[in-house]
Amino acid sequence: MNGFQTHLGPLVFLDLSLLTMLVLVAFAMLRSRHLFAVVMLSGIYSLLSAAFFVSLDAVDVAFTEAAVGAGISTVLMLGGMLLTARREKPVTPGRAPVALAVVFATGAALIYATIDMPAFGDPNAPANSSVGQRYVEETPNDIAVPNIVTAVLASYRGFDTLGEVMVIFTAGVAVILLLGVGSVRGGTRIVDKDEDE
Amino acid sequence: MERLILKVTTKILFAPIILFALYVQFHGDYGPGGGFQAGVIFAVAFILHAFCFGLEETKKAAPQKALIVAMVLGLMFYAGTGVATMLLGANFLGYDAIDPASTHHAGQHYGILLVEWGVGMTVASTMLTIFYHFTGREPDIDQEDW
Repeated sequence: MNGFQTHLGPLVFLDLSLLTMLVLVAFAMLRSRHLFAVVMLSGIYSLLSAAFFVSLDAVDVAFTEAAVGAGISTVLMLGGMLLTARREKPVTPGRAPVALAVVFATGAALIYATIDMPAFGDPNAPANSSVGQRYVEETPNDIAVPNIVTAVLASYRGFDTLGEVMVIFTAGVAVILLLGVGSVRGGTRIVDKDEDE
Repeated sequence: MERLILKVTTKILFAPIILFALYVQFHGDYGPGGGFQAGVIFAVAFILHAFCFGLEETKKAAPQKALIVAMVLGLMFYAGTGVATMLLGANFLGYDAIDPASTHHAGQHYGILLVEWGVGMTVASTMLTIFYHFTGREPDIDQEDW
């Protein structure tokens, strides 16, 4: 470690308050039994994450989180909720000492791992110094596109993005196969009969 | 007329949402955005339409069969750009081959625009397909049922 100290400016407190709100929303989601409220809270969670990403200067990620997390997935969760009950069944409270021990052990391990992490905003952190630095320096010469994120996404790592598009395509195909009504078997179209007929 | 304010608002908002999606799509080189976000925004316009006018009306505007074609075409567009650069003698997705004489990497700009267009097409049609299949399973519910 090179002794870099994070400057405790107002932005850090903004980040901390956003993170605190994220934790509060997560607890509210755990406590609520009303599924509609849970779906709306998950949308709020995504919106808060998007605000957090903006404060970290990751506008592209924030944009995606706001559009996909707060927008589409909330709608899809609402659509899924329509197919099930409106309320979660009450769970009989019980104690699970093994689960508690596992959660605490994992949490302790994660907190222990953060001690080794570079300080927030450290310019010499591995994420900033090695390949990230190269992208920032070389994009004007290699790609000549102002938005470095787009250069990395579509050009430097175009092959990865092709894989991502394929993942989305596969998700769509899977949904069509699992939920699609009216299938084709052996070249003839088979229409599902209505249940009340 | 039922839900008049919502219907009028949706009609007013529909075109600007599509326009914003296209802006995000084609401005990804210069600002935040790109095919993924644009595709989602594009799909959201139709989802808003479905919320106000019912799924059947939206399915007339964007039929399921066309969406499946768009899903495949988007992916083929992306992969096809890669194959095209290979045929031009470069690596897969080596965009510089599109305009090798350019001094300011115009080929990269063209290549990124082309693959982002493929991404946007696939994302928008896939999101709408998933939405259709999830919400199309039950008849429209009453306002009180929420």
